[in-house]
Amino acid sequence: MAMTPAKPSTTSRLGGMSDRAIAWLFIAPTVTLLLAINIFPLLWTMYMSFTNYKANMGWLRYRVVGTDNYVDLLTDPDIWAAMQTTARFVFWSILFEVLIGFGLALLINRKFRGHSLWTTVILLPMMLSPAVVGNFWTFLLQPQIGLFNYIVGWVGGIDPGSFQMIGDVQLAPWTIVLVDTWMWTPYVMLICLAGLRSIPDSIYEAAEVDRASAWRRFWSITLPMVMPFLMLAILFRAIENFKMFDMVNLLTNGGPGSLTETVSITLKRAAFEKWQTGWSSALAIILFLTVFGAANIYVKVLNKVKQR
Amino acid sequence: MSAPATAHSVVEASDRAKWISGAIVAAYALLTITPLLWIFLTSFKTPSDSIAYPPKVVSELSLEGYCNLFTIRSRQTPEYMASLPPATGYCDKAAREREMVIAGPSKTPGRLMNSLIIGFGSTFLAVFLGTLAAYAFSRFKIWLKDDLMFFILSTRFMPPIAVAIPVYLMYRQLGMTDTHLGMILLYTAVNVSLAVWLLKGFIDEIPREYEEAALVDGYTRLQAFVKTVLPQAATGIAATAVFCLIFAWNEYAFAVLLTSGVAQTMPPFIPFIIGEGGQDWPAVAAGTTLFIIPIVFFTVLLRKHLLRGITFGAVRK
Repeated sequence: MAMTPAKPSTTSRLGGMSDRAIAWLFIAPTVTLLLAINIFPLLWTMYMSFTNYKANMGWLRYRVVGTDNYVDLLTDPDIWAAMQTTARFVFWSILFEVLIGFGLALLINRKFRGHSLWTTVILLPMMLSPAVVGNFWTFLLQPQIGLFNYIVGWVGGIDPGSFQMIGDVQLAPWTIVLVDTWMWTPYVMLICLAGLRSIPDSIYEAAEVDRASAWRRFWSITLPMVMPFLMLAILFRAIENFKMFDMVNLLTNGGPGSLTETVSITLKRAAFEKWQTGWSSALAIILFLTVFGAANIYVKVLNKVKQR
Repeated sequence: MSAPATAHSVVEASDRAKWISGAIVAAYALLTITPLLWIFLTSFKTPSDSIAYPPKVVSELSLEGYCNLFTIRSRQTPEYMASLPPATGYCDKAAREREMVIAGPSKTPGRLMNSLIIGFGSTFLAVFLGTLAAYAFSRFKIWLKDDLMFFILSTRFMPPIAVAIPVYLMYRQLGMTDTHLGMILLYTAVNVSLAVWLLKGFIDEIPREYEEAALVDGYTRLQAFVKTVLPQAATGIAATAVFCLIFAWNEYAFAVLLTSGVAQTMPPFIPFIIGEGGQDWPAVAAGTTLFIIPIVFFTVLLRKHLLRGITFGAVRK
């Protein structure tokens, strides 16, 4: 790694600053910050995950317990329950977001009058703070007085006081899916729309010459061409929802009981309420490894889409 | 991207299809915006109207929610109330009608201020660092460039709670828990990854010829960067800044775990706006409305760049 093979004349004009020096000077602060705020803490977490440290009782001697925390975690039925809750939440929310989002994108792509205005309106929910969204939906979902219950009661002809979206064992898991779908459908829609717009018209025109039916055109042109974009949206939403904390924390706080307790909520309770720092560090590492693996796939898809 | 409109083409939808699509999309848009409109309306209701059954769409206009958001009120005896001079101002009068007096300002202005300080502070730092790094990644050959770029992006995917555990311990050691500086650094670290990726996309689009011309004219690399690249990247830098600002403004997980008072921002504060006898929904709605209005404004402003923002600059159109 010698000096950049830049023209010598350029190098001298920089007063000794080669392009290579500038490159590192420009990148170093960012990398340093990330090392200090992300990587150092990560290594610390890794160390703590092998101890029985309790952060609220820092004066106690703690000891290295080896892989005990990991063994504990992987044999804990509560963790598996939380994983299942999270998986169900991820699956259903993404399914609805893809169906509605892709559908909307197909409609908007017909470029009717006023489509950009309506698109902007539809995009609003995804720009909001998930925590604030979780909070005001608790108001909309109040039994009896909440607007949601009232409208559902009115449409369905049932008493709006007869069901509780947040407190009910049957309904609570669907409540977080409902609010997440409301919030993130626009995300999937926007990316699908970009995918649809990337398809050259000429392909459709060629298909028409071949007398391909609308159905056939959708399955052999539209869907395959949008697929990388759809994957991008699905992967990102899957990662985000897998580690979902803020919206669920304010909407149901994992309740009733631990029925909507996603892994992040379990982690928060263990780390900041029960103060099992060692144990929760191990869970954090498992969570991080999963996300890191998924992020790897995400970046691959991202680069694939970039080439389009 | 628009196709030349031809008669009965497969590319251009028929008028009827357009009309139906428009109607469905408009219906969805209205449905999706209803919760936000409802919160907006609720912020102008009296506490009793806000929880009326059946829900009241049209109700008596009241600014009590906003009064309660910004003041603390205390209940007083009728004798004491009678001894007071006449009420001055709207909020004062509203409080007196409920046999209360305004005891002082609430914590809201402080929390709003924290959100602004931390938001702008971290945005400035993230965009500053991000612009430098993005320029280097865009223009120079760098050892392990792709891996470094992936490393930078991967930090964005870290689960906040997982990061919060060691950061909590680290800040406790350094005395940075519940400080503006601590939160600014933390949000900068989260935002810098987005800033680098987004800005690299923007800078990649600026032709190198401009800088090369400047270099030939005798500018140094730094001067060429400042005089040719920065002005052309201005729109991209502004869009990136807005994305960073929105993230910092909206962030909840770190804020709720690492701040409690001095540096607490709005998101963890809003759910705890509590009035007399339980949750004061008009006040919560007022806080939510004030909190959301800037976001609505910026979304409209950003709508052309949203796609880039949510795909780290990979999808441009």
